[in-house]
Amino acid sequence: MNAIAEPPVLAAPDDGIKPGEVLLEVNNVSLSFGGVKAVTNISFDVRKGEIRAIIGPNGAGKTSMLNVINGFYHPQEGEIVFRGEKRRRMQPYEAAASGIARTFQNVALFKGMSTLDNIMSGRTLKMKRGFLWQLLHYGPARDEEIANRRKVEEIIDFLEIEAIRKTPVGKLPYGLQKRVELGRALAMEPDLLLLDEPMAGMNLEEKEDMSRFILDVNRQMRTTIALIEHDMGVVMDLSDRVVVLDYGKKIADGTPDVVKNNQDVIDAYLGVAH
Amino acid sequence: MLYREVGQFKTSYAADQQVFPIRQDRIGVVLILLVALVVVPWAGNDFFLSAVAIPFLVLALATIGLNVLTGYAGQLSLGTGGFMGVGAYACYKLVTTFPDAPIIVHVLLSGFAAAALGIVFGLPSLRIKGLYLAVTTLAAQFFFEWCFIRVPWLYNYNASGAIEVPGRQMFGVTLTGPSASSTARYYAVLFVVIVLTFLVKNLIRGRIGRQWMMIRDMDIAAELMGVRPLHAKLSAFAVSSYLCGVSGAMFVFFYLGAAEPSAFSVTLSFQVLFMAILGGLGSLVGSFFGAAFIWILPILLRWGMPLVGMPLPSETVTQLTSMIVGALIIVFLILEPHGLARLWQIGKEKLRVWPFPYA
Ligand SMILES: Nc1ncnc2c1ncn2[C@@H]1O[C@H](COP(=O)(O)OP(=O)(O)OP(=O)(O)O)[C@@H](O)[C@H]1O
Ligand SMILES: [Mg+2]
Repeated sequence: MNAIAEPPVLAAPDDGIKPGEVLLEVNNVSLSFGGVKAVTNISFDVRKGEIRAIIGPNGAGKTSMLNVINGFYHPQEGEIVFRGEKRRRMQPYEAAASGIARTFQNVALFKGMSTLDNIMSGRTLKMKRGFLWQLLHYGPARDEEIANRRKVEEIIDFLEIEAIRKTPVGKLPYGLQKRVELGRALAMEPDLLLLDEPMAGMNLEEKEDMSRFILDVNRQMRTTIALIEHDMGVVMDLSDRVVVLDYGKKIADGTPDVVKNNQDVIDAYLGVAH
Repeated sequence: MLYREVGQFKTSYAADQQVFPIRQDRIGVVLILLVALVVVPWAGNDFFLSAVAIPFLVLALATIGLNVLTGYAGQLSLGTGGFMGVGAYACYKLVTTFPDAPIIVHVLLSGFAAAALGIVFGLPSLRIKGLYLAVTTLAAQFFFEWCFIRVPWLYNYNASGAIEVPGRQMFGVTLTGPSASSTARYYAVLFVVIVLTFLVKNLIRGRIGRQWMMIRDMDIAAELMGVRPLHAKLSAFAVSSYLCGVSGAMFVFFYLGAAEPSAFSVTLSFQVLFMAILGGLGSLVGSFFGAAFIWILPILLRWGMPLVGMPLPSETVTQLTSMIVGALIIVFLILEPHGLARLWQIGKEKLRVWPFPYA
C-alpha cells in the first residue's frame, strides 16, 4: 500500500467515534402512508468509516428509509440513533446540522444557480456571519466567503469539474449534474453521506468515474457512506456490508458475499411469488 | 475598446467574486454613476428630473424589492403597492411626529414598518406556495388599502383623507414640500437608491441571497443543506418589504408631494410586478431596465410622437402603453422568462466573442 503523504484537506469531522464503531442505528422503524406500508420493522446499523449499501427491488422502501434517516419522513414506530443520540421527529435541517448529507434519486440541484453556487450552498451551515456583516460584505463576512470558496474549489478539483464552475447546472448533462450534486453534499463535510442511486442512468464510463469518487471520498476523507444502488456489480465492488429490503421488510444483511448467496435475496430479485 | 476579458486573470477568489469581474463592466458602472450624479442633474430640466428621473429611480427600488421576494426567493407577491403605502404612511407619521429629525432618516426608518408587516404577512408562505400565496399577499394589499382609508390616525385626521408632504430641510437644503427643488429631491432619491442597491447586491451574493435562491429552486434540498425555511422566507419578506416601504415613502415625499389611498392600489402592485417581469426576475440590473421601460414608454409616446408628426391624445397613450406592455409581458414570459436583463447578458456574451458567432 502506498502511503498518502498529505493529510486529506476535506475530512469528516472528528466526533469521537472510532472507525468500526456504530455511527447510525435504525431500530425497528416502521413507516406507512395511509394504507401503504413503505417500511416495516427495519433495523440495521452503519459503522463509522464503512460503505454500507441498501439494495432491493423497485418500491422496496429504500428511498423511504433514507428519508426517515434525514428527517423528511417521521416513522410511526421505531427510532433512529445517530452518534449515540436518540432522535424522534427530527427536521431535515436538524439532520443537516448534525452531520448528515445526501444526494437524491432524481437530481435535486438548484437549477437557476451555477455549479459553484450549488456547491457553495453546501457550506451554508459553515457560514455564521450575521445579517449586518452580510449587508456590508466586508471584513469577517468577506473572509468567511473566501475561506469557504477555497473549500469549494478543493471539491471542484477533486471531482474534476473545473471547466463547468460557472455554468448554470440546468445546462449540464445528467452525469455531470449527478457529480455536482455529490460535490454539494461533500461541501457539507458530513459525518454520514447518504447517496440515493448515484449512478442511475449513467453509462459505463460515468459509473466508473462515480465509483472512483465514492471510494476516494470514503478513503481519503474518511466519510461514512450509505448508498442505494441497483447495479449489483457496483454494489458488490464498493460496499463493505449490504442490507437488502423487499416490500418494506429486511430480508438479508451482511457482507456482499453472504448476501449474494442468500436464497431470499435471489428469490426477491428473480421475482419468486410471495 | 473591445468588450473582452482576454488577459484579465483572476489571481484570488476575492477578485473572482467581485460584483463586476470584467474591467469593461467596471468602467461602464463608473460611467453610469457619473451620468447619474453629474450629467442628469446638470443637463436635465425640471420636467425631466421630476417626472422621469425621480419616479424611475423610486419605482426601480420597488422593483428591486419585489425581485428580492419573487425573483430571488421565489415567493410571488401582489402586495407591493400596499407595502409601498405602509412605508409612505409610516414616513408621514414619523415626519409629523418628529419634525426636526432629518427627512432621509425618516424615509429609511419607515421601511422598517413595512418590513415588520411583511414578516407578519409572510407567515402563510411557510405553509402555502405559488398562486395561493399570491392570493394571501393580495389580501394584505386590500387590508392595507382599507387601513389607509378607515384609520384616520394614519393621515392625522385630515379632512381630505390624504397625506400632504410638509416642507422639510436637511443640511439647510429643502428636500420635501412644494418649495423643494427637483435637483435636491433627485439627489436625495439617487443617494438612497444607490446605497440600498449596493447593500442588496451584497446580501444576494452572500450566504443569505444563496439561501433565498436555494428555497426558490428546490426547497426540499435547501432544507437538507441546513436552510431553515422560516428564516429564509421571512428574511426575504422583510428585506423585500423594507425596500418597497422606503420606495413608497420616497414616492410620496420626493415625487407625488401628496397622496390619497388610491395611490397605493393593486394597480401599483401590478405595475411593479410588470417591471420585474419585463426587466427579468432575479436580476438587479433588470429591475432598472424594467422600471425604465415601463415608466418611460408612455412619456416617450406622449412627447415623442408629436415630434414625428403624430400627436396622440393622452387616453390613446395610456391604452397604447397597456397594450405594448401587455404584449411584451406575454412575449417575454413565453420566449425569455429572464427578461431584458437576459437580453442584455446575451448581448454582452455575443460582444465577447465577436466577430465569431460562438466562443
Ligand atoms: N410520499 C409518499 N406517499 C405515499 N407513498 C409513498 C411515498 N413515498 C414512498 N411511498 C411508497 O412507499 C413504497 C416504497 O417507496 P420507495 O420510494 O422508498 O422505494 P424504493 O425502494 O426507493 O424504490 P426505487 O428503487 O423505485 O427507487 C412504494 O410503494 C411507494 O409508493
Ligand atoms: Mg428510491
